[in-house]
Amino acid sequence: MNQGIPLEYYLILASAMFFIGVYGFLTRRNLITILMSVELILNSVNINFLAFNRYLFPGKLDGHFFSLFVIAVAAAEAAVAIAIIINIYRRFTTINVEDVNSLKY
Amino acid sequence: MADFGYTLWILILPLVTFVILGLFGMKIKGRMAGLTGTASLAVITALSYTAAISYFTGGGLADGVYQKIIPFNSVWLNLTDHLHIDMGILIDPISVMMLVVISTVSLMVHIYSLGYMKGEKGFERYYAFLSLFSFAMLGLVLATNIFQMYIFWELVGVSSYLLIGFYYDRPSAVAASKKAFIVTRFADMGFLVGILLLSFTTKTFDFVSLTALDGPAITSTGGALFLGMSLMTWSMLLIFIGGAGKSAMFPLHIWLPDAMEGPTPVSALIHAATMVVAGVYLVARLFPVYYFTAPEALHIIAWVGALSSLLAAIIATTQTDIKRVLAYSTISQIGYMIFSLGVSGYGDHDGLGFMASNWHLFNHAMFKALLFLGAGSVIHAVHSNYMTDMGSLRKYLPVTHITFLIACLTIAGLPPLSGFFSKDEILTAAFHHDKILFAIEYAVAGLTAFYMFRLYFSIFHGVDRHYHHTPHESPAVMTVPLIILAFGSVFAGFLPFSKLVTSDGVPFESHIEWSIAIPSILIGLAGITVAWVMYRKENALPDKIASTFRLSYRWAYNKFYFDEMYIFVTKKIIFKHISHPVAWFDRHIVDGTMDGIAWVTQSVSSMIKGFQSGQLQKYGYVFVTGAVALALLFIYIL
Repeated sequence: MNQGIPLEYYLILASAMFFIGVYGFLTRRNLITILMSVELILNSVNINFLAFNRYLFPGKLDGHFFSLFVIAVAAAEAAVAIAIIINIYRRFTTINVEDVNSLKY
Repeated sequence: MADFGYTLWILILPLVTFVILGLFGMKIKGRMAGLTGTASLAVITALSYTAAISYFTGGGLADGVYQKIIPFNSVWLNLTDHLHIDMGILIDPISVMMLVVISTVSLMVHIYSLGYMKGEKGFERYYAFLSLFSFAMLGLVLATNIFQMYIFWELVGVSSYLLIGFYYDRPSAVAASKKAFIVTRFADMGFLVGILLLSFTTKTFDFVSLTALDGPAITSTGGALFLGMSLMTWSMLLIFIGGAGKSAMFPLHIWLPDAMEGPTPVSALIHAATMVVAGVYLVARLFPVYYFTAPEALHIIAWVGALSSLLAAIIATTQTDIKRVLAYSTISQIGYMIFSLGVSGYGDHDGLGFMASNWHLFNHAMFKALLFLGAGSVIHAVHSNYMTDMGSLRKYLPVTHITFLIACLTIAGLPPLSGFFSKDEILTAAFHHDKILFAIEYAVAGLTAFYMFRLYFSIFHGVDRHYHHTPHESPAVMTVPLIILAFGSVFAGFLPFSKLVTSDGVPFESHIEWSIAIPSILIGLAGITVAWVMYRKENALPDKIASTFRLSYRWAYNKFYFDEMYIFVTKKIIFKHISHPVAWFDRHIVDGTMDGIAWVTQSVSSMIKGFQSGQLQKYGYVFVTGAVALALLFIYIL
């Protein structure tokens, strides 16, 4: 790791990724892109974990383990989410979230 | 003393029969259902007669006094250590006598109904209700305590309601059943309050301890005074209101004539012979309490009975529906019994009125059931209730004619038929008590003979109407009960009643007082003669008399406008000035509050339900905005 890069750089990158993810989650109408936005959010969190681990507790591995967990959970989540999306497509013949609105008052 | 444990079966059997017929009646073929009910009742009758015979032939006597025996008793509700409601069986002279009356009449009615109700819709329902009634009535007379009696009292009222409304597709029957239920229920409210007051003063419900001469009721000082009468008098008077309602005493008599909408055998059983004498039985059961602690109440009872018998007899002379004539005659005769209790003393020969009342109850059950069943046979033949549609039926219905005549002679009080003996004892008791009441009852005796023979001549003599088809005698299942009851009416007068049923349980000698009996026979004969002149052959005399006394005739014909008075009081006063405002309050204020709460909830929810749009991303916006707002809040403000 390059000692010259300050922590803030990582944090700026992570929060940029996070808000890009949130923006995508809220504005995209395609379920697949929404899922991708969620992955962005998760990965921004991973970056935060690793950066803080490296700069604050260099001798420990907790942050690494956490990010590994997150990656595993994200993979599982993607599998489930895609299965749901396939079912939604079969039911509604669309993956546009605005058309999938039967769960209302 | 004999063992009376088997009397429990007298209560169990009809209940079981009711349950079987009620639940599986539809599965049992009509006739079989009737036979089941009749067979069960025959067993009950046999048990009742066994009990009566073994009780009166020494099984109930100890030291020359008839004992009160309780062969079965179980505590049902323990209210306090001393006050508990039991379920049990009490055997004493009046309950045993009532057992005989009820089971005999009920059996006759069961048999008779096999013919009368044949092919009716709901035949098995009819028998189920008859069994329910028998159960309730037998339970009423066997009750060991006043609360048990009250429970069965209400059951009797329910079964009467069900049977009056048997033809539930007929609006008049439905109205009559409701009227009967409401009027008696109204009276029973008095009964219940009376029971509560009585148990408050005496701390017991038990008949044996209530009527014991050293018991809490009779030794009580009567309690606090209220409006010039002691608490005991009030409670006994309120209890009598219940009895007056059930026994159709003035002014609560209005339900009984309407109750004739039920099938005729039901009228014979419930509204002539058994249920309507429950009031008499109630007063007789509590007689020592009335006599010793509430003599004012007893005085009122005597007057109520006398007035009822007089008014009902007057009304009976003007009615044309034969069942209504009999209904008013029933009121009149029960008035006699109640009156007789009212003028009775206690112990030995002073208790003549008590004995006579029960004797008359016994005889009346026989001859009035006979009259009703005979009337049923006539209605069965002619298909009409009105004596204007009848006449000269003696040719067509010989058996009915003879038995009806016997019953008429009995009720008119001619010797040696049973009615003569009991009526003579009643008049004797009245003579020694109060001369005015005695005079009233004498007049009623004449009126009774008159209206009964008016009925008899109008049905069986007079002109031959043009019947749609020739009337024919009823089948044997209907005539045999008539003959049996006719035998009962003739020979019940020879029972040594004063040796069996007395006020204090000690047998005494009674004898016919000819100085009173002979004028009473003469007045009966006079009534018959007047009826003979007026109705033996169709003539203008009745109309002429009716138009001479037009005002009073109309008054009596319209039953003294009692129904109209009740309707005026209920509709114009109670409904208009109490019920309607209360209903308005309920509908607008109470319901309005509830409706208002519901309305507010509903309108608010419809305003905010748009948030639940089902659009996932809208939820996301709200969530993120909220999270950001919270973050800003925590960072910059807090």
